[in-house]
Amino acid sequence: MKQPAVVTLLAGGALLALVPWLHLPAFYESILYLVLHWVLLATSWNILSGYSGYFSFGHGAFFGAGVYTTAVLAGKFDWPFLATLPMAAAVAAVLGLALGAVVFRVRGVRGEVFALLTLAVTFVLATIVLNTPIDGGPGIYLSGVQVPRLAPTQPGTFYLLALAGAVGALLVAHVVQRSRLGVGLFAIHDDEDAAEVMGVPTYRYKLVALAISCALAGLAGGVHALFISYVTTGEVFSITVPLTVILMSVLGGTRHWAGPAVGATAITLLLYAFTKGDLALAGKATTGAVLIAAILFMPQGIVPWLLSLRRAAAPAAADAAPRETVQAPMPASTPRGEALLRATALTKSFVGVQALAGVDIEVRRGEILGLIGPNGSGKSTFINVVSGHHAATSGAITFEGREIARLAAHRIAHAGIARTYQIPRPFAHLSVRDNVAAAAMFGGAALSASRARAEADHWLAFTGLAVKADALPDALNLHQRKFLELARALASRPRLVLLDEVLCGLNPAEIDDAVALIRRIRDAGTTVVFVEHVMRAVMALSDRLVVLDHGQLLAVGPAAEVMQRRDVVDAYLGTAHAAAGH
Amino acid sequence: MTLPSATLLAQSALSGLFVGALYGLIGLGLGLSWGLLRTINLAHFAFTFAAAYLCYQLVTSTGIDPLLTLAVIAPLFFALGCALHWLVQRFDVSPLNSLLLTFGVTAIIEAGIQALWSADFRRLESHYAQARFKLGALFVPVPELITLVVALALSLAIWALLKHTDLGKALRAAAIDAPIAAAFGVNQRALSLLLAGTCAALAAVAGVCLSLSFTLAPSQIYAWVGVVFAAVMMGGLGSALGPLAAGIVIGVSEALTMAITAPSWAPIVSFTLLIALLLLRPGRA
Repeated sequence: MKQPAVVTLLAGGALLALVPWLHLPAFYESILYLVLHWVLLATSWNILSGYSGYFSFGHGAFFGAGVYTTAVLAGKFDWPFLATLPMAAAVAAVLGLALGAVVFRVRGVRGEVFALLTLAVTFVLATIVLNTPIDGGPGIYLSGVQVPRLAPTQPGTFYLLALAGAVGALLVAHVVQRSRLGVGLFAIHDDEDAAEVMGVPTYRYKLVALAISCALAGLAGGVHALFISYVTTGEVFSITVPLTVILMSVLGGTRHWAGPAVGATAITLLLYAFTKGDLALAGKATTGAVLIAAILFMPQGIVPWLLSLRRAAAPAAADAAPRETVQAPMPASTPRGEALLRATALTKSFVGVQALAGVDIEVRRGEILGLIGPNGSGKSTFINVVSGHHAATSGAITFEGREIARLAAHRIAHAGIARTYQIPRPFAHLSVRDNVAAAAMFGGAALSASRARAEADHWLAFTGLAVKADALPDALNLHQRKFLELARALASRPRLVLLDEVLCGLNPAEIDDAVALIRRIRDAGTTVVFVEHVMRAVMALSDRLVVLDHGQLLAVGPAAEVMQRRDVVDAYLGTAHAAAGH
Repeated sequence: MTLPSATLLAQSALSGLFVGALYGLIGLGLGLSWGLLRTINLAHFAFTFAAAYLCYQLVTSTGIDPLLTLAVIAPLFFALGCALHWLVQRFDVSPLNSLLLTFGVTAIIEAGIQALWSADFRRLESHYAQARFKLGALFVPVPELITLVVALALSLAIWALLKHTDLGKALRAAAIDAPIAAAFGVNQRALSLLLAGTCAALAAVAGVCLSLSFTLAPSQIYAWVGVVFAAVMMGGLGSALGPLAAGIVIGVSEALTMAITAPSWAPIVSFTLLIALLLLRPGRA
């Protein structure tokens, strides 16, 4: 079976759909409804927040948008109940898209800032609903609304609706996790800037995930409106909804599609077990204690913890399936010497500093171009601007005849440019292989997930990291992390690779390794631009040198020639040295 | 829409100033903990209310002056804050997980309060609870004035401490890069325990001030979360004067909104301000 999880979900859902015909006492159906209701809500939250790390405290707003859409349409405009549900999902999704279109454009809105922003949106929405004819203050009674009989009893009907929603949400969460979208969201979780530069369309992915998340929350709200049959802003837009879904998801595990469902089931049943008699307070305190224990002892959540137990019990034997071998996947070599990339009058200003003051640099196809200069001369800025990490202030960059200076970073990656970072920035929660595979999926190569893994193994072998393929980046030393950066850049099959001080911090033997590796990269057909301070390697590798000083071009030419020039020596070693006549 | 009289507007602004001072006072410890300890302490609100209830209990059963109860309550909460932070340090809890951890603590404290004092509203009766004096055309309630003075004094004291003493510089250095600060001889663990205890003691002070002029109920813990977070974010994390300034801006604009439109519109002011600020200057937080 190709997708055992999908089959299990559908079969489990079909089996559970029979429950209303067992004629259990009605309160069982209501409890089960609540469990499924929270499974749906927590799973929907997790699709954006768990996968991408953008913790939203605004889930109450999207849930509430669904509640009020159904309440107004069914209660005031006499729409049939079931017809209001797609509208509830749509209104919540549109709200989410509108919010995301603004919020995700602002680079600084991450982490806690995003959490509080979404929380604030909840209160603003609640105030608007309360003070306009949508609610107006007294709340909306829905007891008169007709509920279709899908099951023998009314609680049974709600149960079936929640079941359909929960199974649907779990399927969506599962599909998303296995798809490009999921890999991209996990990459965003670990390092959004690196993900964007690697080719992940971060803005679009976050927006899509938010829209899916909101639509499902709106659906949950639409059903819940009739379940509670009397809606007020105080109850609907409370802080309880976001806190509960976060609690459930973290308890179950946010990095797995089934985590929130497990957490939701545990917490709902736990709370229910205490609601009988005087135990409600004890239930609240116990929930708090469970949360504390979970955070302290299982910070990853129940499901990942269980999976790690199972993995420890059964060592990785199943993973030995033969892999498709990949031919050296470099682009066909084209005539050397023509201009591959041309920067014209390129400037980049930061507040108060002009890092690039109008430089013209040409990179020729098939060469190794060394980029040197004193610290602060604009070398790294050049790489940051060409790769799209920073936007150019003015000037033009053409790559294979195409203007790229105004493109988003992920489009530049798609065009065939890859880079490494001076301080390695691996995705900390992805294995070494998945780090490289992600680059193969999202970069210029744009491979499918399974091809990407084979491609990743090829580049891990190329850089000598094959034995570490299943490790997390944390387990690598600096030398290996630098080579992981290289493997990641190469896996996207770039035509131009920008290396930012890959040799810095390595010992002499490791430098020799790296120099040989860079030669092999070029010999396979990729053009290399590298920023470096290790002069031995610079002289050994460079076909041509570009010297920058104070953001301006100081010299260009063959390495041996350039290093003889007086002004270059001055810039590097200071005029006193030159005056001393060395 | 008819504009209310100038006196009414001024009286509204004044009451907004007082409420804002309380936002700032609650936000002071919250922001310090967030900015300097990287712990988003949701339990700060529970501490505030627990202290308020303790004050209520002590005053009701012994009849002493509410402010004197701080002699007992502040050290108690200092210890509580240290204990909680020890746990956070011991298990190396990340900032987002600290939010969830302290939510768990909040749920337990809330249940405890409800078990001891029930879910009913409680009101502290003290000899100056109703005291007020007239300043020109305006009434100035004494308990709220005490809150304002306390908030101002504490914020200024902590600002001076952070800015001008070695202790304050060490705290700020440790917040920016704990391992490097430790390498320069900063005892980061001890300092952060001290700071966490101080934040909790500040919550206790805020709680006593809260009990002077507000009715207490366990469910009210959550009523303050949104607006105080707004004040802390606007004022700047780890800032001593910021929360008070932002709290007063929020309080006054809320009060004026209530006077000019309807009370139910008030929440939109603080949160719209917060959203605008976050979007226009996200680097701030």
